[in-house]
Amino acid sequence: MADFLKVYGLGAEFDSAADLLHAAEKIRDEGFKKWDVHTPFPVHGMDAAMGLGKSWLSAPVLAGGLTGLMTAVGLTMIPSFVLYPVIVHGKPYNFFTSPAFFPIFFELTVLFSAFTTVFSIMAFNRLPQWYHPVFNWERFKRATDDGFFLVIEARDPKFNESKTRDLLETIGGKHVTLIHD
Amino acid sequence: MSDATVSLDCPKDLERAPLVGSERKFPWITQAVSEIVEGRTPKWWWVLFLPCALLASVGLLCIGYQISNGVGVWGENHPMGWAWDITNFVFWIGIGHAGTLISAILFLTRQKWRTSINRASEAMTLFAVMCAGIFPGIHVGRVWMAWFLAPIPNANGIWPNFRSPLLWDVFAVSTYFTVSVLFWYTGLVPDLATLRDRAKSRMVKFLYGIFALGWRGSNRHWRHYEMAYLILAGLSTPLVLSVHSIVSFDFATSILPGWHTTIFPPYFVAGAIFGGFAMVLTILLPARIVYPKLDDMITRNHVDKMAKIILLTGSIVGYAYLMELFIAWYGANPYERAAFWNRAFGWYGWSYWVMMFCNVISPQIFWSKKMRSNYIVVFIICQFVNTGMWFERFVIIVTSLAQDFLPSSWGHYAPSWVEVWTFAGTFGIFLSLFLLFMRFLPMIAISEVKIVVPEANPHYHPKPEPAPGTPAPAVAQTAH
Repeated sequence: MADFLKVYGLGAEFDSAADLLHAAEKIRDEGFKKWDVHTPFPVHGMDAAMGLGKSWLSAPVLAGGLTGLMTAVGLTMIPSFVLYPVIVHGKPYNFFTSPAFFPIFFELTVLFSAFTTVFSIMAFNRLPQWYHPVFNWERFKRATDDGFFLVIEARDPKFNESKTRDLLETIGGKHVTLIHD
Repeated sequence: MSDATVSLDCPKDLERAPLVGSERKFPWITQAVSEIVEGRTPKWWWVLFLPCALLASVGLLCIGYQISNGVGVWGENHPMGWAWDITNFVFWIGIGHAGTLISAILFLTRQKWRTSINRASEAMTLFAVMCAGIFPGIHVGRVWMAWFLAPIPNANGIWPNFRSPLLWDVFAVSTYFTVSVLFWYTGLVPDLATLRDRAKSRMVKFLYGIFALGWRGSNRHWRHYEMAYLILAGLSTPLVLSVHSIVSFDFATSILPGWHTTIFPPYFVAGAIFGGFAMVLTILLPARIVYPKLDDMITRNHVDKMAKIILLTGSIVGYAYLMELFIAWYGANPYERAAFWNRAFGWYGWSYWVMMFCNVISPQIFWSKKMRSNYIVVFIICQFVNTGMWFERFVIIVTSLAQDFLPSSWGHYAPSWVEVWTFAGTFGIFLSLFLLFMRFLPMIAISEVKIVVPEANPHYHPKPEPAPGTPAPAVAQTAH
């Protein structure tokens, strides 16, 4: 049956975070591009070992925060200065009273930034994605418990089923398995 | 004490206690936390849940009674326009500060011991803020007009006053709740994936799977995830400080003696952290008894550190109380002096001394390490703190309003049964929600606790063998 299914890639299991980190360094140095490691928790130093740079999640969050700030400026100033100036106790209501809006500026900046953070991480990670070929691999369940996995995708130009399998085995991968889509 | 967790030339008394006791490994952590959710509902759970749910229903009935009859069913009167309702609001919102403090501020300050207590404290935060939100909602009287709080023109075409601290409060509390939910859920996703992967039945797998969003522990995901966590922590840190500051503005921007003080924002924030940690311990200490396995994750060390935070913030609060008295005297404003004299020796003087004893005197016992490691003592002190923090808000609100400028406008206040049972009802709501949380979601952040285990450090090697003459490898010290 499996012969008719499209091959997604090759997966290998490692014993520890340290082993996986060293394996990732080797795969990076071999020049693979379409591959990933799966761990139950973020492994310190893995980004460098995989050759990944800094996450630029902060860029959309900055934009979101500025949108929040502008929204707050508009929301407080337009009604208070233009649409419906509320005069309380004969106190001033001109532009120089704007510091009274700062708490709202702050809160909406934070609110919009937080929403942008959560939606951006979902967009960056393409989540939710309830189906993924790696879930077809029976051992992969342990990726959220104590399993350390490395998966090289078949669409990587350097992928070759037998050579990649050998490579994974020489760098210490166990249970090297062909994963079908 | 694990040999692997300390460098070998470190004197014994300077060693740090391991964050996860008994040298537990990853599968043990997964199992210990997941089995709480996966096992059959224990009997004690029903024994606790049913009375709590009943109490919550009583609270809801009282709210219904109050809405259908008007706020006249409360003991509030003129001049006591605010009393138990706002006391309860500030009390609950204050409790809601510990969770975000633990998850955000302690994260930014690299306090790794936070990992095992942050999930439960964040959940507690959410439930406390829900309880808090009830009170301003119903105290407006005509609840169906609560939408007047929204930043839109009301039924008469009048916009709200954006310069009013009460409106700031609407923004602060709703932002705080929303951001806390987002932060909490972001942290939950990897653990929901753990429960999904362990699920035996298709239905359970489906439900956890939906909310796990297809998380597969990919490092390309963790990279953004860690950044998101850092950003959310960075956003929540000033947020948590702002919320109680803005709540304190509700009082501080008025001209009422006893409320009109600049010390309020820091004093309220310290008090909130103080009360919040007491509530975290109130909930986690019993949880450790019913789930003994939690002992290795919520260790003596954790309880000790939380007790120290209670001692610190309690002392800050005590300093604020004394400074208020000093400024009242030094400011030479006769109304201010009278307000503080009445606080201590006036109609409600007893409540001032209850507050002083519970918040300032009782936590001082935590100077003793022996007392901090005695769970019964810690639990009792936490109950004093919970009581004291409620009385603090009662003292601020009621004593200031009861006797302000003119003796002709003074008035007594006593709560009605409706107020008392509404307040009791919010404890029912809070505890019922927390029990449900314990039953259906992992109460300890599984993936985060794994990070602080020595094996999670990629430079960890099971048995470090220092070559003679070379400094001992600092293996797992970096993992702390």
